[in-house]
Amino acid sequence: MTKIRLGEIAYARSGDKGASANIGVMAYTPAGYDFLRQALTAERVEQFFKPMGVGKVTRYELPNVHALNFILPDILAGGGSRSLRVDAQGKALGQALLEMPIEVPEDLLPSLQLARKMNS
Amino acid sequence: MLRVANVQGFWGDSMDAPARTVRRQPNLDYMTLDYLAEVSMSILAVQRERDPNAGYARDFVDVVKSLIPAWQSGAKVKVISSAGGLNPNGCAQACIQALQEGGCTGMKVGVVSGDDIVSLVRSDFTENPTADYPNLEDGASIRTVLDRLVTANAYFGAAPIVEALRMGANIVVTGRVADPSLTVAPTVFHYGWDWTDYDCLAGAVVAGHLIECGAQITGGISTEWLDVSDPANMGYPIAEMHEDGSCVITKPEGTGGVVNERTVKEQLLYEIGDPAKYITPDATASLFSLEVREEAPNRVRVSGARGIAPPHTYKVSATYRDGFWAQGQITVFGRDAVAKANRCGAVIFERVRQAGYDLQRTSVECLGSGACAPGIVPEPRDGLETVLRISAADTRREAVERFTKEIAPLVTNGPQGVTGYAAGRPLVHPVFGYWPCLIDKSRVQPRVNIYDV
Repeated sequence: MTKIRLGEIAYARSGDKGASANIGVMAYTPAGYDFLRQALTAERVEQFFKPMGVGKVTRYELPNVHALNFILPDILAGGGSRSLRVDAQGKALGQALLEMPIEVPEDLLPSLQLARKMNS
Repeated sequence: MLRVANVQGFWGDSMDAPARTVRRQPNLDYMTLDYLAEVSMSILAVQRERDPNAGYARDFVDVVKSLIPAWQSGAKVKVISSAGGLNPNGCAQACIQALQEGGCTGMKVGVVSGDDIVSLVRSDFTENPTADYPNLEDGASIRTVLDRLVTANAYFGAAPIVEALRMGANIVVTGRVADPSLTVAPTVFHYGWDWTDYDCLAGAVVAGHLIECGAQITGGISTEWLDVSDPANMGYPIAEMHEDGSCVITKPEGTGGVVNERTVKEQLLYEIGDPAKYITPDATASLFSLEVREEAPNRVRVSGARGIAPPHTYKVSATYRDGFWAQGQITVFGRDAVAKANRCGAVIFERVRQAGYDLQRTSVECLGSGACAPGIVPEPRDGLETVLRISAADTRREAVERFTKEIAPLVTNGPQGVTGYAAGRPLVHPVFGYWPCLIDKSRVQPRVNIYDV
């Protein structure tokens, strides 16, 4: 096993839904999606965001686009219009989740990573 | 094929995107411009209190002016926008005046109104004591905030916009409509779909969802933004709509940014809940059957949407007054910068307490030390610099006023290395609470008017 940051095998986008936020996490490869389905559970994400006061996290699976959608209730301390936080709308939560340390079998890692860069 | 672009993703988006997009892509059929976020209506309500002719996104009138040269040189592009806000007719009149002054006559401006139901909500309580418009998030009755209610608007679907297009509108100005409906409407009008062609409608709903935030699908806020080319000239998205409801997401040639499978998937997941039920007034779309495939550079085909009938209710976005807030910042540089900034925060609140105000809600954030995800990401050690971002909210305006006066004294009373305090005392803003609820579609009638320029 080797420890990496989630951002090495996935990309993400987050935003607000009232007082909740959502984070879409997309695997870079099909093998990466199979791995994340096992490793990145709702419980794991809930534990990760516990210090910010998140409620019970729900996970939806979208195998057709190799994506997981996480709903994070009560994480915005009042939501877009009431929250005093600098990130009142949860725009930074995707970047935070991509910093999550995650254990990956060493031989599997190359099949989870993106082969080429965006514009090259 | 029908080309629908989005050229304003929100109120505050790049003002020259619309004219630039039509210049780069002269064969565009429609441009959509979305101005209304969840609490925008409350900001418009405050503006309308000061000036009864206000209450709409004035930016849009400048956009219309900027498009006059394109129309005068033969561009056929039609424009659909939610810029009307709380005063769609006022917005339309301002557009008509701008077009007349610019010598751009012979056009028609359509107006969709009737979404403003604040007086209906209020009168319901005198006539029907059981009406309570429960909050979709916690089930509470709107009764609890009725005396502080500012706005209540139903999210209309595509139908009234289609009616305006049938009447020959070149520009359609709406109040509150569901964001994807700005794209659904021209597609329904063009292909003559029935309102029960739910799979086709769902395809257009997905296309509308994908482009509604402008450059967010062409490289903006992408995880890989640092690799995006020419971000100073971001291309805005175009959905090439097909008769079967599928679409190709692309952008004008020669613009910055990128459209690839990853930018499309990121935006597909943006601000969604259950992917089985993406609810709009036109259709409820399922995202599970979608196929997203890059068919050429900067061209991504999105197909396979499935739809079912929409609910018999409109979603309503209501807002209510919820006190006041203010936020100020000072920079702290030097040893133990974060500890010093936190102590500054404590001093400010202590001073406000000594003045007799126990502030109801407060927040101290040390930007640069992981404040966007407190307790989640490790703080950088030995940080020599932080920005103290300090905020307070209270139902008493005078308490927040007092708070705004206690930040500047730290310039001389605080730690060595306090700097960057140039903006003066922060302003006190009203807080608007957000109240999402539902209303039966039969109780709200969209109105469509058309004006000749």
